[in-house]
Amino acid sequence: MKLRIKYTKTGVLRFISHLDVMRYFQKAVRRAKLDISYSKGFSPHQLISFAAPMPLGMTSLGEYCDADFESVTDTEDMMRRFNCVSTPDLVITDIVLLPDGAKNSMSVVAASDYLIELSEEGKKCPENFKLFEEALKLSEYENLMILKKTKKSETYTDIKPLIYEMEHRVYNHDYTEYTVPFSNKENTECHEGLYMMLAAGSVNNLKPDLVIEALLSKAGMAYDRFNYKIMRLETYMEDEKGLVPLSSAGQRI
Amino acid sequence: MEKLALSDRILMSVEKPARYIGNEVNMIKKDISKVDIRFAMCFPDVYEIGMSYLGIQILYDMFNRREDTYCERVYSPWPDLDKKMREENIPLFTLETQEPVKTCDFLGITIQYEMCYTNILQVIDLSQIPMYAKDRKKGDTIVIGGGPCVYNPEPIADFFDMFYIGEGEISYDALLDLYKEYKYSDMTREDFLIKASQIDGIYVPSLYDVQYNEDGTIKSVKPLYESVPKTVKKVIVNDFNKTTYPMKPVVPYIRATQDRVVLEIMRGCIRGCRFCQAGMIYRPTRQKNVKLLKEYARTMLDNTGYEEISLSSLSSSDYTELQELIEFLMDEMRNNHVNISLPSLRIDAFSLDVMSKVQDVHKVSLTFAPEAGSQRLRNVINKGLTEEDIMNGAREAFKGGWSKVKLYFMLGLPTETDEDAEGIAELAERISEEYYDVLPKEERQGALMITASASYFVPKPFTPFQWAPMMMPEDYLKRAYHVKDTFNKQKNKKRLKFTYHDHEISILEGVFARGDRRLSKVIYDAYKAGAIFDAWTEFFDRDKYIEAFRKNNMDMYFYTAREREVSEVLPWDHIDSGVSKKFLIKEWERAREEKTTPNCRMQCQGCGVASFGGGVCFEAKN
Ligand code: SF4
Repeated sequence: MKLRIKYTKTGVLRFISHLDVMRYFQKAVRRAKLDISYSKGFSPHQLISFAAPMPLGMTSLGEYCDADFESVTDTEDMMRRFNCVSTPDLVITDIVLLPDGAKNSMSVVAASDYLIELSEEGKKCPENFKLFEEALKLSEYENLMILKKTKKSETYTDIKPLIYEMEHRVYNHDYTEYTVPFSNKENTECHEGLYMMLAAGSVNNLKPDLVIEALLSKAGMAYDRFNYKIMRLETYMEDEKGLVPLSSAGQRI
Repeated sequence: MEKLALSDRILMSVEKPARYIGNEVNMIKKDISKVDIRFAMCFPDVYEIGMSYLGIQILYDMFNRREDTYCERVYSPWPDLDKKMREENIPLFTLETQEPVKTCDFLGITIQYEMCYTNILQVIDLSQIPMYAKDRKKGDTIVIGGGPCVYNPEPIADFFDMFYIGEGEISYDALLDLYKEYKYSDMTREDFLIKASQIDGIYVPSLYDVQYNEDGTIKSVKPLYESVPKTVKKVIVNDFNKTTYPMKPVVPYIRATQDRVVLEIMRGCIRGCRFCQAGMIYRPTRQKNVKLLKEYARTMLDNTGYEEISLSSLSSSDYTELQELIEFLMDEMRNNHVNISLPSLRIDAFSLDVMSKVQDVHKVSLTFAPEAGSQRLRNVINKGLTEEDIMNGAREAFKGGWSKVKLYFMLGLPTETDEDAEGIAELAERISEEYYDVLPKEERQGALMITASASYFVPKPFTPFQWAPMMMPEDYLKRAYHVKDTFNKQKNKKRLKFTYHDHEISILEGVFARGDRRLSKVIYDAYKAGAIFDAWTEFFDRDKYIEAFRKNNMDMYFYTAREREVSEVLPWDHIDSGVSKKFLIKEWERAREEKTTPNCRMQCQGCGVASFGGGVCFEAKN
């Protein structure tokens, strides 16, 4: 049985590399005594594959992996068992059973959305708020060019077509609801920032920091990553309805 | 939001930020406003090494069982972070609370090898605690050391308020209780130290006066006060089944050197190899009940999620219930996808059978530690392994599919000659011939490879070789080249490989192992000149030490090259490991007579540690 698992990577886990997150995840599965499948041989490993991980330094509410199981109970039970032996910074938030023949999560990723907030350090300098002003002007621009450097060449590319959405949003404390635009109220319970949905996956992959860098350069500013906090909210695939979360590929059990 | 001592900017600019953020699975959380004592427990090396060390996990668990105490961990910041912390004046912090170490009541440092001495200074210095014990006042963090190196802690004595000699399970409660009294009363620091010195196993170096002879040897070591004991005897656990063991060890996010559950099956060793310090200072041999170990194995695997378990002891083959334990592990684990790693097993039919079941014989090597190249020299060091043992083991292994063999040796052993050393190459050659003899061509899978490696013998305190000279580095190199030449003369030389250890680090290890208090200045100066992570060849800088010795007008070879008379007062004579000097002298004599000594189970030698009242010394009497 193949399950698709959605999990978070928040808090101090932003300092843990993807490789170590995978190792962590596998140990947690064992602690939770979930009946996952193993490969054969002298050093068996869990049959699990991870999709589009967030880079070091960033957090996420929408990470995914697919795994084979020998037996399953139900979504609620499996989530509870995992989450009570895991750190609050990595919890499973959804599990769905994939239909036979479903493509693996890695190959179907089409987009991701993000919330960019100012870091504590970034808030100290009012100039950094300019990012949000620049973002609002995006619709006025015909394109948004960035310089892509490889070993051999430097080329300009327009990333505007890869930006599917961009607006100011204010999320509640657990990111389940939001309002548009800025509330401008000082509320530490809320997360205010720049929302963007970008192309992701193997075909067209646009990293959020590239967008920030491009927007800031319009304002004549250099990008300093430590002024901003980047969090992924969800990872999407494409179906007949358009972009839907990766978990839509299956049913809860 | 979580609290971290370092900013994202710093963390993202150093290698492996996960070393500094704590919050691992099974980390203990306590409210620091509700505890009396905060104990910072330090392994003075990088996180991945320190987290692999069982002793800290045991103490961490033990301390945290006390409600009034919070034990927090601290490791050496890697040189990249070290630099940043100095630039920005950031005090060293613990992983648990991310609070400065200097706000803790104790800084406990486990000292596993001599080459971490400058790292100890780094930790004290970055913690912003006064470097020398004499400059600390009431209210300053108490710096206490433990581990094998504290059997001769003299070279670093000036930096420590006290040392704990022996196993932590015994006297820490008494010490912490005394500390609480000191903390909440007007007891002076001096008073506290004197009272602490009266607790079994606690050595307070500042309460002893050392006098020297004109030739630089020690004249006397005497306590300053009547009430301070003349010698400090180690403390040990007698009933090894009743000690605490961490059922929920902390599981690092990043891969540690020891990335598995570690099951300590036995402490001490019955063998009595004359070069081995662990074999002497951890006497007597005590083992854990196999039923208990089975239970531990299950619980610890459940609580950590590790997919591998390994057995820890100095010589697992001497654990009397090994077969039952391993069969249980193999049965139990077959269905749970747990790997078993088996260190230090004697090669025989049983171990080969087990190994062939738990690992891929084509990939792993077979390991022997003959330690010396000739039978004569193996008798001198009392290494019970004979050439016949090795040949039989190798033969069986070759038949079982193994084709890689590793051999461990030492060079520079007492009485060693060129002929003994040539024996290393000859033994490797004979093993290779055995391979071609027993296996017909069509049965040879994989290419035969025999790798011999030699380390530079360092005489250690509390061994029969504590009086022996350490070979001069130029002689060691000459001998190593000679072995290399001998290898090149062998018929099967293409299948044989020989490597030998660097000599520069070993020489310093030799100096510190048997050094005295005057070396603290050298260590301090080397540290001030920038020496840290000396155990890492990429950081070790010999010149810093040469300069430090020169500046202090001291000679390294005074500590290494001299043969000591058995009548000489040794810097560690006021420490008592339980093994009597009489026994060590007898063993030193027998070594030079090339006579072996039977192990504890064959015939008790009356080494002195029966005075503790437990372990192998009483096995026959049960
Ligand atoms: S007293 Fe005897 S049995 Fe006990 S450790 Fe010493 S030699 Fe071995």
